[in-house]
Amino acid sequence: MTAETLTPPRGARFALPRGPAAWRAFLIQAAVLLAIAAFTAWVARNVIVNMARLNINAGFAFLGRPAGFEIAQKLIPYTETSSYFDVFLVALINTVVLTAIAILFATLLGFVIGLARLSNNQLVAGVAGGYVAIVRNVPLLLQLFYWYFAVLRPLPNPRQSLNVLDIAFLNKRGLFLPYPLVQPGFGALALTTLVMIVAALWLWRLNRRRRIRAGAPHFHPAALLLLLIPPLAIAWLYDVPLRFDVPVLSGFNFAGGMTVIPEFVAMALALSLYGAAYIAEIVRAGVRAVPAGQIDAARALGLRGGAINRLIVIPQALRVILPPLGTQYIVLLKNSSLAAAIAYPDLMLVFAGTVLNQTGQPLEVMLVTMASYALIGFAIAAVVNVANRRVQLVER
Amino acid sequence: MRIRVVAASFAALVAAFVQSAGANAATLDTIKQRGSVICGTAPNLPGFAYTDDKNVRRGFDVDLCRALAASVLGDADKAQLVPLGLRDGFATLTTGGVDVLTHRLTWTYNRDNGGGLDFLMTMYYDGQGFMVLKSLGVKSVNDLKGASICVAQGSTTELNIADYFRAHKMDYRITTFADLDEARNAYEQGRCDAWTNDRSALAARGLQLKNRDAHIILPETISKEPIGPIVRQNDSQWAHIVRWTFFALIAAEELGVTQANVEEMRKSDNPEIKRLLGVGDDLGQKNGLSADWAYQAIKQLGNYGEIFERHLGEKTRLGLSRGQNRLWKDGGLMMAPPFR
Repeated sequence: MTAETLTPPRGARFALPRGPAAWRAFLIQAAVLLAIAAFTAWVARNVIVNMARLNINAGFAFLGRPAGFEIAQKLIPYTETSSYFDVFLVALINTVVLTAIAILFATLLGFVIGLARLSNNQLVAGVAGGYVAIVRNVPLLLQLFYWYFAVLRPLPNPRQSLNVLDIAFLNKRGLFLPYPLVQPGFGALALTTLVMIVAALWLWRLNRRRRIRAGAPHFHPAALLLLLIPPLAIAWLYDVPLRFDVPVLSGFNFAGGMTVIPEFVAMALALSLYGAAYIAEIVRAGVRAVPAGQIDAARALGLRGGAINRLIVIPQALRVILPPLGTQYIVLLKNSSLAAAIAYPDLMLVFAGTVLNQTGQPLEVMLVTMASYALIGFAIAAVVNVANRRVQLVER
Repeated sequence: MRIRVVAASFAALVAAFVQSAGANAATLDTIKQRGSVICGTAPNLPGFAYTDDKNVRRGFDVDLCRALAASVLGDADKAQLVPLGLRDGFATLTTGGVDVLTHRLTWTYNRDNGGGLDFLMTMYYDGQGFMVLKSLGVKSVNDLKGASICVAQGSTTELNIADYFRAHKMDYRITTFADLDEARNAYEQGRCDAWTNDRSALAARGLQLKNRDAHIILPETISKEPIGPIVRQNDSQWAHIVRWTFFALIAAEELGVTQANVEEMRKSDNPEIKRLLGVGDDLGQKNGLSADWAYQAIKQLGNYGEIFERHLGEKTRLGLSRGQNRLWKDGGLMMAPPFR
């Protein structure tokens, strides 16, 4: 039986059920639908009536009013005169950036640990297994507290900061890094560099094809280093168009440069390490799902270890890995809302916290917050679905 | 089609969250039927609302609630105390979870208007201050330019600090904690240079600092924080009962009626004392209370000054002076309208 017999033909019109069984099914479905509709209407009426009775103003007009408070981390321009909607954007971006960083590092680390668990080296496999066992069985909130309170809090005060080459500093107020300042001529440098990278890739492929076809390349690969000359010339011409604003200790703390607040560091660490443990298991399951016979067959064909992994194991493992991986990404997104527990200014802390309190519009604020998480989750799912469709087995 | 059903049930769920309990009946009737007054207070604030070592809720705010139970039901022990975080306070009140908030919530325009709440009066005049380490050498808030400041969210403090620093053209770095004690811990562990909160809260929560003497509260007060009881809008009978019970406590101090002498004072010739204590006149009936409503509150809890000194005054660990919370005739701001 193929899948097609189960799906009704497109454009099917509504038709009355035929036979008693079909009628019964139809009536049950209609009753369930009616019950849901009635319940929804009852709840909606309740909300409307009660809000009117309690004199609570409904609506989203408050989003346009000035917010007037400061936020610890803002990645878009925000002043204390910005509106509540700007606050929402700042908080949303903080959530998205945190989630993106966590997904990136959790994936990288998760793949490494997952493959390490499959290693023939007992020590490597054992350490990886221990990591997964511990991290998966300790609640995330505790891990968050561990990183924030036990690791980052005891760092030195600003004046005794850990100093990296006089350009980066770490203390209990955060991580202070140089910030790139764009000077005139930076655009030209960036463009030239980009063009040269593309050229290098193209020439390298050309060279490789020639080597495979004719046995000898056009030129020695080291000749590609000549492509470095144009960007260097431009850098020299403009007297280095990219300078760095280095943080300097002044007054209470470091000024200038870029500050990564410790709350972000703790969140990113905890989420990445936690997510990695789950992703490691997903990766392990995916690799294990590839039948051993396939690997034997590849060996019989004369493929070596690297090629077997690249051509046989990973493409097939990805089919198993991707769906649960997408779920794990969404779990990471939702877990990022624990940020409120350690003062990272995300959607929960700033929008569903301060804004809710200052405006007294819990219904609207909570709806916007829930919708935001849902939409980011849908977006992640959509991206994973596209990737998933590309790695699926193409049946002929 | 399926998506629509999912969306509909989602909407239903969302709405169910906020569906309010039937608080339609007059609050006073509900209280009498239930046999207790339910008040929302701060969860853990020494001096104002905290749980003592015998697991009893105590404090200034708690006693205000007990005074209400005494005046409405004749028994202070019929007060039921619900600890509420700042985030839950207003919603719990509007949805009928408590009858009144005797919390630490500042009376502001935006909170009083459009949220279904009524702020009734001020029972405590507070103001926002800053605590720093003595060793920092800072003498004034104006020296805090560029400083990191720890603050707890959900209060007016976040807004005050923004207004003050902007007005004085000073920049600062803020770290906002969801929990009040967490802001203090972060400050103590060096996450911030300064910790800001209402001065009463600096005094109360400052008690838990390991080395309190190493810290000072800077002299400036950057805001006014009038704090008092909050009730649901549209129940003016209940609003009047709460307001006048607390006025009775203030009037008692003004008239020299104390917990100890209230019995004697019933025999007083002073007509206002007689009216207040329900002797020869029955002020309680207009609000559906018994004639001795104010007498019961004073008898069981004492007058405003006594409640203040018992929990916050200079003989307590908090050691707060009355300051603006003195009676009007002593140069403070506390005043009760005439009982006539």
